[in-house]
Amino acid sequence: MLKITNLQASVDQTPILRGLNLTVNPGEVHAIMGPNGSGKSTLAQVLAGRDNYEVTGGTVLFEGRDLLPLAPEERARAGIFLGFQYPVEIPGVSNVHLLKTAVNNVRKHRGLPELDAMDFLKLIKNKMALMEMREELLYRSVNEGFSGGEKKRNEVLQMALLEPKLAILDETDSGLDIDALQVVAQGVNALRSPERSMILVTHYQRLLDYVVPDYVHVLSRGRIVRSAGKELALELEERGYGWLDDAAPAERTPVRAGAR
Amino acid sequence: MRLDARSTCLADFARTADLLPGADLPWLARLRKDALDQFAQRGFPTRRDEDWKYTSVAALEQADVHVTAHGRAGSHAAAQVLANRCELAGDVGHVLVFHDGRYAPWLSAVGRLPSGARLASLADALEAAPEALQPYLVQETHASAFGALNAAFMADGAFLHLQRGTVLEAPVHLLFISTQPGCTHHVRNVIVAEAGAQATVIEHYAGVDGAAYFNNVVTRIVAAENAAITHHKLQQEGGGAFHVAGIEVAQQRDSRLASCSIAFGAALARTDIATAFEGRGCEASLDGLYLAGGTQHVDHHTRIDHRQPHGTSREHYRGVLGGEARAVFNGKVIVRPGAQKTDACQTNHNLLLSRDAEVDTKPELEIYADDVKCNHGATVGQLDEAQLFYLRSRGIDAVVARSLLVQAFAQDVIERIRVASLRTRLETILSGRLGELR
Repeated sequence: MLKITNLQASVDQTPILRGLNLTVNPGEVHAIMGPNGSGKSTLAQVLAGRDNYEVTGGTVLFEGRDLLPLAPEERARAGIFLGFQYPVEIPGVSNVHLLKTAVNNVRKHRGLPELDAMDFLKLIKNKMALMEMREELLYRSVNEGFSGGEKKRNEVLQMALLEPKLAILDETDSGLDIDALQVVAQGVNALRSPERSMILVTHYQRLLDYVVPDYVHVLSRGRIVRSAGKELALELEERGYGWLDDAAPAERTPVRAGAR
Repeated sequence: MRLDARSTCLADFARTADLLPGADLPWLARLRKDALDQFAQRGFPTRRDEDWKYTSVAALEQADVHVTAHGRAGSHAAAQVLANRCELAGDVGHVLVFHDGRYAPWLSAVGRLPSGARLASLADALEAAPEALQPYLVQETHASAFGALNAAFMADGAFLHLQRGTVLEAPVHLLFISTQPGCTHHVRNVIVAEAGAQATVIEHYAGVDGAAYFNNVVTRIVAAENAAITHHKLQQEGGGAFHVAGIEVAQQRDSRLASCSIAFGAALARTDIATAFEGRGCEASLDGLYLAGGTQHVDHHTRIDHRQPHGTSREHYRGVLGGEARAVFNGKVIVRPGAQKTDACQTNHNLLLSRDAEVDTKPELEIYADDVKCNHGATVGQLDEAQLFYLRSRGIDAVVARSLLVQAFAQDVIERIRVASLRTRLETILSGRLGELR
C-alpha cells in the first residue's frame, strides 16, 4: 500500500525528516510515536502533500505509484486521508457544504455517481450518529466555534465519508477527554478493514488502548529508530523518550519496519 | 470629452440646456447655471485633491463621451435583453427601468403603491409637480465637481416620496441600463421618507461591455424622524464604463439608514456615500462589497457625520481584487462636539488574489466628543494557505477551493442583505465571476 524509502524533507531549509523508511501493507495499523519535534507531523503533512514542506530526497510509493508529484487533491482522490492535528476553521463555508463537495469530488474521480442532497443527508446522519455528533454542527461554518472534541470527531466523520485506503491521523487523540477519545476510537475502529491501512501519529499511548496497532514505531530526529509490536507503546509510556538520546547511534542502522 | 474636457462639458451644456427637463422652470434654470459655474471654476478633480489621491479621472476626461440632447438611446432589443437579465425575482414590487438615461415605461412595472407613496421618473415629476421636488433639488454648494456637473445636466432618475407613516412593503427596483456607447448620463434620484415612513430601494446599474460610456449619478435621501430607508446599490456597469455616484443622506432624529454598495463592474467606478445625523438617536449601517479584476479601478469614499448624540453607525466593507485591479476605500467618521454617546464601528477587509492587485484603505476618525465609543480596523490579506490545503486534502480542486474561500469571504457582506432575490442574484454573479478573478 505505502512504501516510504529514505524520505528527507525540510521546512525553510531546516531538515526535519532525515531518511525515513516505512512500509505499510493493506489492513495494517501503524502507530508512530516520538517526542515533540521528531518529525511526526511533518511526515503526516508531507504524505498529504502540503507544499510548504520541501521533499529533498527519497521516494514514496502509494499502491506502486509515485505519490510525491501529486497535488493534495489528487492524493485525496487516490485514497489518502489526513486527519489534522489542528483542524482548520473556515468561516463562511458550512460544514455540510464542505462534506458534500468533498464526497462528490472524490466519488466523481472514482467513477461513482454523485450523491443528491437526500442520499447525502441520509448517509451523513448515519455517520454522525456513530460519531455522536449533533446535527447542528452540519450547518455551522467548518470547525468554527467547535470544541476540541467536536473538531476531532469532525475529522473522523470526514474520514468515514471519504472512505480512504490509507488514513493518517495526526494526533487525533491530543486534547481529548476520555469520553471523546472513546468516541473517536470507536469511529476509527469502525473503519478498520483488511483493505484499509492506518497510520496513527500520536504523542500518547492512551489512544492505543482503544485502537490497537499492529506495529509501533519510534520516530526521533526525522528517522524511525525503533519498531516493534503494540507492547512498545507501553514501554514508551513507562520509560518516556529520554533514552532516545542514549540510543542515538542506533540511527545509523535504519530499521526496516512493517515487513510482513 | 477629449482635450479640454471642461470646455466640452460647457459646450454640451450650451447645446442641450434648453432640452433638459424642467427647462421652463426659472428656479431650476438658475440652479443648473449656478452648478455649471461651480463646475467651470473647479474642473475635474486631480490627484492633488486629497479625496482623489488614489483615483485618477484622466481616462474619463480623455474618453469620447458626451451628453446628448434627447438621450441617444440604443436599441430596444438590447435594452430588453439586459432588463430581463437584471430582473429580480419575486419579492420586488415596483420596477422603474431607465434606458440610456431616460425612463422607459415599456420596461417598467410600477405596481400598486399605497396611498401616501409617490414613485415617478424625475423628468415626469418635474413636468407634473415641480414644487414637490424643488426643496430636494435646491443645493447651494456641491460635494464635488461631479455633483455640480450632475446638477447642471440632471435629466432623469427616480423620485420616491413617502408621506408620514407610509410603509412600502415591497422593495423598489430602479434599473439603469446602458446600451449606447459614447453617452454621458447624469442620473438624479430623490428619495424622501417623511416621519415614520419606510422603504427599501435597490439602485441597479448595468450596461453592455465594450466602448466607453459614463454614468454620473447623484442620489439624495432624506429620512425624517423615525423613518427607515434601506438602500442597496448594485453596480454592474459594462467593462468599458465610467461610473461616478454620490449618495447623500440627511437623517433626522431616530431615523435608520441601511446602505449596501456592491460594485462589480465598470473600468472606473467611484461611489461616495455620506450621511449626516441631524437629530439624536440616528442609526446607520453602511455595508459594501467590491470585486475587481483585470485593470478595473473601484473606489468607495464614505462619510458618517455624527452631529447629534446617541447615534450609532456600523460600517462593514469587503473587497476582492485580482489581476492588476486597484481598489480604494476611505471611511471617514466625524463625531462633532456634543455628539456624546456616539457608537461607531468601522471595518474594511480586503482579499488580494494576485501579486499585482492593490488596495489603498484609509479609515479616518475625527472625534471631537469625549464620551464616545469608536473603533475601526482594516486588513489586506491573501487567501489562507492552511484553509486552502485543508480543502484540497479533502479532494477538492484547487480552483474550487479558492472559489469556496473567496465566496465565504464575500458572503459575510451578502448575508446582511435582507432582500432575498437580491441576495440570491449576488451569489450567482459572484460564483460566475470568481473563475476569472485571479
